[in-house]
Amino acid sequence: MTQTRSLWEHGIKIGVIGGVIALLIAMVGMVESFNRRDIIAEVMTMGQVLLLIVGIMMGYIAAKRTTRTEPVIRCLNAVIGSLVTAGFLALLVIVGSLINLRSVLVNASPMLYKLLTLGHKGAAGIFIILLIGLFCGVFAAVLYYLPQLVRRVVIISLSSMVMAGVLQDLLRPVLSAWGPMAFLGERLFAYNGLTVSGSIALVILIAVVMTVWALKKQDVKTGYGSLPSGTQRGVKIGGLCILAVVLIALPHVLGLFLSEVLTIVGLYVLLGLGLNIVVGYAGMLDLGYVAFFAIGSYVTAVLTSPELGFFNFSFWGALPFAVILGIFSGVLLGIPVLKMRGDYLAIATLGFGEIIRVLVLSDFLRPWLGGAQGAGGIPKASILGYRFAGPQQIYYLILAGCILVVFISLRLKNSRLGRAWMAIREDEDVAQAMGINLVSTKLLAFATGAGFSALSGAIFASKLGSVYPHSFSVFISIFVICLIIVGGMGSIPGVIVGAFALVGLPELLREFAEYRMLVYGAALVAMMILKPEGLWPEAKHKIELHAEENNV
Amino acid sequence: MRALTVYADLNRQRGRYMAAILTANNMTKRFGGLLAVDTLDVAIEEHSIHSIIGPNGAGKTTFFNCVTGFYKPEVGSILFDNHSLVGLLPDRIVQKGIARTYQNIRLFPNLTAKENILVGIHSHLKSGFLGIVLNLPGTQKEEKEASEEADRLLKFINLNGKGEILAKNFPYGEQRRLEIARALAARPKLLLLDEPTAGMNPSETQTMMDFIRHLRDELGITILLIEHQMRVVMGISETVTVLDYGKKIAEGTADNIQNDPNVIEAYLGRGSAAEVH
Repeated sequence: MTQTRSLWEHGIKIGVIGGVIALLIAMVGMVESFNRRDIIAEVMTMGQVLLLIVGIMMGYIAAKRTTRTEPVIRCLNAVIGSLVTAGFLALLVIVGSLINLRSVLVNASPMLYKLLTLGHKGAAGIFIILLIGLFCGVFAAVLYYLPQLVRRVVIISLSSMVMAGVLQDLLRPVLSAWGPMAFLGERLFAYNGLTVSGSIALVILIAVVMTVWALKKQDVKTGYGSLPSGTQRGVKIGGLCILAVVLIALPHVLGLFLSEVLTIVGLYVLLGLGLNIVVGYAGMLDLGYVAFFAIGSYVTAVLTSPELGFFNFSFWGALPFAVILGIFSGVLLGIPVLKMRGDYLAIATLGFGEIIRVLVLSDFLRPWLGGAQGAGGIPKASILGYRFAGPQQIYYLILAGCILVVFISLRLKNSRLGRAWMAIREDEDVAQAMGINLVSTKLLAFATGAGFSALSGAIFASKLGSVYPHSFSVFISIFVICLIIVGGMGSIPGVIVGAFALVGLPELLREFAEYRMLVYGAALVAMMILKPEGLWPEAKHKIELHAEENNV
Repeated sequence: MRALTVYADLNRQRGRYMAAILTANNMTKRFGGLLAVDTLDVAIEEHSIHSIIGPNGAGKTTFFNCVTGFYKPEVGSILFDNHSLVGLLPDRIVQKGIARTYQNIRLFPNLTAKENILVGIHSHLKSGFLGIVLNLPGTQKEEKEASEEADRLLKFINLNGKGEILAKNFPYGEQRRLEIARALAARPKLLLLDEPTAGMNPSETQTMMDFIRHLRDELGITILLIEHQMRVVMGISETVTVLDYGKKIAEGTADNIQNDPNVIEAYLGRGSAAEVH
């Protein structure tokens, strides 16, 4: 008895966990609302893909966790894991058909059951759910026993296909912008989701490209390495030129809506790079970072807004003041919290962020800052008659800001200052014992981060044309921290990737906005467990991981 | 009387008169009711290897922490090169020429070996924010020199070519040497080593001791060494100071110390001195 239990223990355990997850996803209404978007038109919806992923993952984990090494037991465990997961959903359908659960669980609707059973009634529906569970388990088991390269190719090509379906609104206009691509776009996308043939072609294409790249990667690298240094530089410069052309052409290719998304991502990149200096480099957890963003915005508003009517500066006239006052307030916040570390610092800075928001909102400062109504009429920036009016123009302003800030961040990182910050992050006492002046070095980190944030705030004010207190909630600080963590602490490309993943993606999936926080939470937990170094970690951490792999 | 003979011995040995580089007078450090260091007088001669030994909790590391500015002694003075160190912050004290290592290695684990050493050079670099962002010629020159110096130090501790490895990935002995190299990068006149052989086997200990002697002979640095075990320091120290319960109970050459009844008592317990003699 104990023998049999220990044999299937992992499958059942993981299956129960998976079942709870699947139920949770269904009960919060994610399945139903995600169902509105087809991944493959008429065949598979996002909601179904979500549940399939849960089923396959549980099967895979069950296979991996099993302590026995016999393939049969592993495979069966995988199947059990997926089947138990599916069983929970089947149970939900059975219970739901007997009792009306809707009075407690609003999302347990007949619509949901119809989705889960693919429209079949009664026993046939239950059978369908379990059949899909079985399929997930078998797929997971096969996946487990595939060689690593093949497994990666399968996973990445399938998930790229899903991503293409999720991001159809992004890809469709891009493809239709240009004649030959438009033809491809029509083949690839139906009115909602990918076409069947298109999705199959996409999977095959990506799989082939990935396989070729995996096999030829070494050749390409050695080939590149053996090129004369002049040619190497040429290749690099060529790459940069292509990147520049793409970046410049981007808003015109993407159109208005996506340019708007890009500007939002860009503003978060600015914020992220600033906070990256404070949190990523110097290791000081600052939760009140939105304060400097607000200060940048409000300084711009006070200096330019005719509604407030104090000054009549242009955007460019106000910008230096916004940044300088941002830097100044960074120092001001820094002084009282110099001695604090870790949690204490986080709470103190959190308070500072709220103080600024409450001040801005207060009736006391209403004559100067506009109170809850905010202040409007902030002028757009312009250079030599070119007005940064719409998102497609402001994009360039933000791009310029990002390039400047990336440049400064890169220079700082490999300098005396960057090393001092990282030393403080690693061990404050020892850093001081190595001759680093903690006061000036920490204040400089706060000031630099605040300056970047204020720059972002000034551009934000000009982009919106008005400022409101509610734009500066504590969630901005939390988002920025999240994107740094997800991207990779201290990594500049990580911040950019993180901003696209955590800010750009939700903007594209606006219809699911109510689940944004849930997905954020899940993403953070998953990142911490699976990839704590972030999506795009610092180079040396990658080297280190490689070294460990090689040692194994 | 005995102290005089010691000095005479030393002078004969080194062939010249030496001045004290660091002196503590009447130094006292309390933690609540505990007297961690009690009216300590100690003088470290320039270019010497001076060891401070004593049982656990004798106040050795507290003395180090007072010298390097982490603690402020309640009473007494600490003079380095005739300047008072009391009340200065650790970063100022490094700049005056005192660098240290730690009993439990405290490298910057997620920085590379070379970055660790470059942090050690920090106090000798001058470039400011603008210089760094604009990469002015002064900054370029300074960074290049610092990089070369870091490479030299890596070579000095036999970690040539391992500069890009994260500090936490080095084996124990190499971490110890790297920590010393980081301290050396600050170009100290006085190097404080806190149990540099902790956790080492006898042959590793011997290598470390040779390395420390080599440091003094090659670089002319004064070395102040904390040790837990007496045996370790016997071979290389010109002077040994023994602490127990925060008080200095003996001072002199290694040979003198070894036979001092107070020392034997501190290490082996009351009554043992009589047995040994």
